[in-house]
Amino acid sequence: MKTIIFVIMGTILVENFVLQKFLGICPFLGVSKKMNSAVGMSGAVVFVMTLASAATWAVNEYILLPNDLEFLRTISFILVVAALVQFVEIILKRFIKPLYKSLGIYLPLITTNCAVLGVALLNIQKSYGFGMSVLYGFAAGLSFTVAIILFSGIRERLETADVPEAFKGLPIALISAAFLSLAFMGFQGLFTF
Amino acid sequence: MDSSLFIAVGAIAALGLVFGIILAVASKLFAVKSDPLVEEVRAALPGANCGACGYAGCDQYAEAVAADECKITLCTVGGESCAKDLERITGRTAEAGQRLVARVNCGGTLNNRKKSYEYTGLDTCLDMAQLYSGDNACAYGCLGAGDCEKACPFDAIRMVEGVAFILEDKCKSCEICVGVCPKNIIEMVPENAAVTIVCSNTDKGAVAMKGCAVACIGCKKCVKECPVDAIEVNDFLAKIDYDKCINCGKCIQVCPTNAILRYNKKKKKIVKKAKTEEA
Repeated sequence: MKTIIFVIMGTILVENFVLQKFLGICPFLGVSKKMNSAVGMSGAVVFVMTLASAATWAVNEYILLPNDLEFLRTISFILVVAALVQFVEIILKRFIKPLYKSLGIYLPLITTNCAVLGVALLNIQKSYGFGMSVLYGFAAGLSFTVAIILFSGIRERLETADVPEAFKGLPIALISAAFLSLAFMGFQGLFTF
Repeated sequence: MDSSLFIAVGAIAALGLVFGIILAVASKLFAVKSDPLVEEVRAALPGANCGACGYAGCDQYAEAVAADECKITLCTVGGESCAKDLERITGRTAEAGQRLVARVNCGGTLNNRKKSYEYTGLDTCLDMAQLYSGDNACAYGCLGAGDCEKACPFDAIRMVEGVAFILEDKCKSCEICVGVCPKNIIEMVPENAAVTIVCSNTDKGAVAMKGCAVACIGCKKCVKECPVDAIEVNDFLAKIDYDKCINCGKCIQVCPTNAILRYNKKKKKIVKKAKTEEA
């Protein structure tokens, strides 16, 4: 139990995927304009990251390691993640229509998201077992959720803020993302896990 | 040759093949049959994807109609004929609504309005509006660069003497022009509304008169004259409530600045001109 809390809190605060590892910046900036879509996107990310961690762990353990093919990790993981997302999409469309609709275009968008690939590769780097991999994937998804929801809240406020003309839109968004990241850097070294 | 090369290529190829087969089987196995009703409804819609119905596009509207989630009269482009088709397809009855048309609340033609400076920038209303709110002395009026004309997907807008004019026969009430006008002077009114106040200026009378000869000065003569209390003056600008207006035209006669017009007369002239141009 203690490890679970430590991994989740540590991934969210100390090693936040977006704000400290700078993974998944594209959806972080692209889908954070409105709170609603940010929530939808993060739901899809948590979902896919958890599943991808499990699938890539299995591929690594049973296909790559026995055949000395560790150097194929990146390319085979991309393949696994993309195929997995497609498969999940087909299944969802058939069986859980409401979830499929609420995830909408975000699901296919994250097929090649670097954060998803990142979590798969980090699992291997940290030599996690199956359970830990899945947990870490889930925690990584949560860290993305926290970051994008905080950021979309800020961006909704920015819409009405009196921003100098030259900074309107993306420039001010990038600057506030930098401040948010700086703030999270304050958690660095809070604890190790 | 190094055998590890073959193993690597083989492994990736095998992985790809396996995933491909799984996906192919899954897509066949779990295929979602699309509702034939949706397709039939979609075929009956005009396909302009203008969004006037309140849905993102024709596809989404078709889904909503097929799922019985909304009225079948929402498509303003297809109008009555489209609603009839949908009636036939879905078996539901359409409740006819009043057709709305866009109308430009400005009479500041080249003769009527004064210029405050010589504008030489990009020829769009949006750019003009950003430079001292345009080259009109009246900050509220039509800029005449025709952003709405360009935006109209149905070719229903003409620039006449420097002011946008809407050919109401062609107007499909998609409200795109209402959105693009930087001065917000285009309004949706019922088709049979004949009397129009061609001014949007909320400045005090004297100030408004300096910019334009046909400005509404907020004198409230029309308010007193109106037999059905359909006119109200707020911020020195008269406004007609078309739910009450009976098109009697008494307000037109008393208006000291000719800011109230019978739109039909102007309409006929311009429609005729537009038709001869096309022919």
